[in-house]
Amino acid sequence: MTHRHDRTLNVGALARVEGEGAMYVRVRGTRVEEVRLDIYEPPRFFEAFLRGRAHTEPPDITARICGICPVAYQTSACRAIEAACGVTVDGPLNDLRRLLYCGEWIESHALHIYLLHAPDFLGYPGAVEMARDHRDVVQRGLRLKKAGNTVMEMLGGRAIHPVNVRVGGFYRVPSRAELEPLAGILRAALDDALATVRWAAGFDFPDFTHPHDHLALTGDRYPIEGGTPRTGSGRSFAPDAFERHVTEHQVPYSTALHARLDGGGRYLTGPLARYALNRDRLSPLALEAAALAGLGAECRNPFQSILVRAVEVVYAIDEALRLIGAYEPPDRPSVPVPPREGTGHGVSEAPRGLLYHRYALDAAGLITAARIVPPTSQNQAAIEEDLRRFVAGSLHLDDERLARRCEQAIRNYDPCISCSTHFLDLTVERS
Amino acid sequence: MAEGRPRLAVWKFASCDGCQLTLLDCEDELLELAGQVEIAHFLEASDAVADGPYDVSLVEGSVSTPADRERIRHVREISRTLVTIGACATAGGVQALRNFADVREFASVVYARPEYVATLARSTPIAAHVPVDFELQGCPIDRRQLLEVLTAFLLGRRPDIPDHSVCFECKRRGTVCVMVAKGTPCLGPITHAGCGAICPAYGRGCYGCFGPSPAWSGARPNTRALLPWLDMTPDETRRVLSTFNVTAFREEREEEQDHDPPA
Ligand code: SF4
Ligand code: SF4
Repeated sequence: MTHRHDRTLNVGALARVEGEGAMYVRVRGTRVEEVRLDIYEPPRFFEAFLRGRAHTEPPDITARICGICPVAYQTSACRAIEAACGVTVDGPLNDLRRLLYCGEWIESHALHIYLLHAPDFLGYPGAVEMARDHRDVVQRGLRLKKAGNTVMEMLGGRAIHPVNVRVGGFYRVPSRAELEPLAGILRAALDDALATVRWAAGFDFPDFTHPHDHLALTGDRYPIEGGTPRTGSGRSFAPDAFERHVTEHQVPYSTALHARLDGGGRYLTGPLARYALNRDRLSPLALEAAALAGLGAECRNPFQSILVRAVEVVYAIDEALRLIGAYEPPDRPSVPVPPREGTGHGVSEAPRGLLYHRYALDAAGLITAARIVPPTSQNQAAIEEDLRRFVAGSLHLDDERLARRCEQAIRNYDPCISCSTHFLDLTVERS
Repeated sequence: MAEGRPRLAVWKFASCDGCQLTLLDCEDELLELAGQVEIAHFLEASDAVADGPYDVSLVEGSVSTPADRERIRHVREISRTLVTIGACATAGGVQALRNFADVREFASVVYARPEYVATLARSTPIAAHVPVDFELQGCPIDRRQLLEVLTAFLLGRRPDIPDHSVCFECKRRGTVCVMVAKGTPCLGPITHAGCGAICPAYGRGCYGCFGPSPAWSGARPNTRALLPWLDMTPDETRRVLSTFNVTAFREEREEEQDHDPPA
């Protein structure tokens, strides 16, 4: 278009995301002047009211930040508090944590793939509408999701806000016989997971690549319940240096804080970052699935995050089966975590990316300060930049189609808006 | 009523999404339910939104911003039946901890520029703003109870949600009382049933996520008689009563205050 023209796109209620958000785009001529992902989820002030609570309380309390990934909150909280108290939870107890977390990855990824994201590729407003034409597919997704929930229910007591997680481990650990039925369910789920990879690999993906740095945990195993933060540019740092390397700042239009890497800038955390930095730590079956999906050493197309998630589901099931197979019940369900004065930092890989917690404790174990940096706020600047570039390359679309594509671009990231924030409002102004 | 099926809407206010997720977690029932009702407004699941009025609205979350105070009135106007789901919507949720503090100070802890954040000094349950037809307790709500409530309203009867305490569920489940056998502090005796007594089955005391049980004929359980059993310091008792149902456990907290040793 050669004539000068101004457009404002304003999507006021983003659907199929968790939490509440909106999008605002202003275009002048061929220049995208402003892009805002507006997270208007009401603030809930967790970091403020954690002060004065006992060091045993954050796993139950911070779980309530997000109903979709409570185990992530519980795990990062436990690890931070254990670090503050000089306690390490490893061996079979850490493996059980990883197993519970695998349940959450399966459940959360299956929810995102089938109920939130796939309808975009197939042109349906949601999974229920999609089920009218593709009932078997949606049923497969629900089965997969249920398999994850079953793991969480067995190990955690329930799937949303599990009750069996405590600082130092668990209240009760399962017997081998109790875990055994899970293996049967997971073996069946593996077929569904591989079918998911094949199915998603057939979607039509826009040609688009992101230029951001990556941030994910790394370690001996594909990162889930812990590890060392590392960037795509090769920098790695201990969890207790997180806030020196990642700085958060507030923007006027959002209740979520934006994060940047020091000296760098925007970065991405989540499936694309994990895969890029840890591909060689996938299980053979998951690597096969990645090949099946056509994924290379890394994937820089956010629209293909659905493929990486599908591969991660295969991995999480495979890994859960391995953990169950190797399980020897620990002699006690938790290690004691006597309080002491100090500060602890904890990280883990929520389905949407790195989740950092810090707690400062006094000598009685009461919390004097808390800091929580969720993945969505870390990704927010990168999402906005993607939108800016995506809109610039899609100006030929009419407003309605452009708005739809933008919503899809946001859903690529599975933004969990409850943790920081559910909404996209797109208004277009032309002159 | 388009297509003649009852129309269901799901709304979110300040919350963690866990209670509405409970609906999507009904994996075995979801598609069948979607065949029997028209899911007319459920942003978490679909971007197809049909205008009201709606036969049943499920409301998650508490009212904590000026805009939400207006929005809940609108939701009430366009809903024939309004059911609140979860501790946030029925009691203000964990975010009601601000009600006992200075919200500006809270905002300054979380945000460098608190003036950008529009928020109310108190987080309040839906019933504080509009008439509510039924309140389903829990943080999160229980899937089976949600299905019972939906079925009941679709059939036009009252939901059969017993209001006895978690203790009854322990007995039914055959769990040995953790308080009697192990001296573990447990809020089971004063907490509303519904979860199936999960915590004691996993070896811990109930921490009250379903909120207070009204017990029989609306009378509160005898918390005063229970407190010595809890074997906790007054601070610990106050903390355990100050979580997801902090405003609903107000009476119990006040009893605890009465018992405080003089400073
Ligand atoms: S009641 Fe609990 S589970 Fe439900 S929305 Fe509120 S915090 Fe989440
Ligand atoms: S805290 Fe009480 S009400 Fe909540 S799940 Fe545990 S036993 Fe049930």
